[in-house]
Amino acid sequence: MTTLADLKLDADGYLADPNDWSPEVAELFAQELGIELTDRHWQVINYVRQEWEKNGDMPSLRRITKQSGVPTKELYKLFPKGPAGKIAKLSGLGKPKGCI
Amino acid sequence: MADEDRKLAIICSKGTLDMAYPGLVLANAGLMMGIEVEMFFTFWGMDIIHKEKQKNLKFVPLGNPSTGMPNILAVLPGMSPMATKMMHKGLEKIDMPPVDEFLEMIHDAGGRIWACRMAMDMMNLSEDDLVDEVDGVVGAMEFLEMAEDAQILFI
Repeated sequence: MTTLADLKLDADGYLADPNDWSPEVAELFAQELGIELTDRHWQVINYVRQEWEKNGDMPSLRRITKQSGVPTKELYKLFPKGPAGKIAKLSGLGKPKGCI
Repeated sequence: MADEDRKLAIICSKGTLDMAYPGLVLANAGLMMGIEVEMFFTFWGMDIIHKEKQKNLKFVPLGNPSTGMPNILAVLPGMSPMATKMMHKGLEKIDMPPVDEFLEMIHDAGGRIWACRMAMDMMNLSEDDLVDEVDGVVGAMEFLEMAEDAQILFI
């Protein structure tokens, strides 16, 4: 079984290569973050993965709330205290750099 | 994510379009990274949370050397609306939400929005004049109490 220690992480603790991501990797990060992934979490993660595959970048939180079907209030409940970083981590992307 | 204990208090005292955005962007960025945020609107910053005025914030190129426009031209009628329109376009291009949506995002993300009691009295405003996202009207001392353990930004 894979653990976080088997993964190659960057200096900030994010997945070094987004191509190494799998749902299992998301579950490992979720454990680290103390989040229990529900269908609504997956809706966000899958949307972010899909956008990353299309554009090579993480969509802004504003775009996520508009396109994934999960509104701002719920997003902050699903990924409390810093949704940007948590979503990026769970989706196998690096530390988010966008301003919105 | 190491920012969970950080707190930011942002004082917005200016009501032009270009001075509205820095506070909104920083408040939202703070929330996105888990920082607790209090926003305090005072003086001309009240326009940002005023139901009617917030729809019509202006960018004024007169006396602003950064625009590159000579003042003798910037003073002409129509220059401010034109510059405002251009700024709106620029903001849209980088996916910046309009002011009303930005306040809603900040509010829904758990940021608190306060109106200055003194500015309300001075401008004869009632709470009905303000957008629904406003959490309440507070005095300067109350705000400073809330901001006791926060980093304070004055814009």
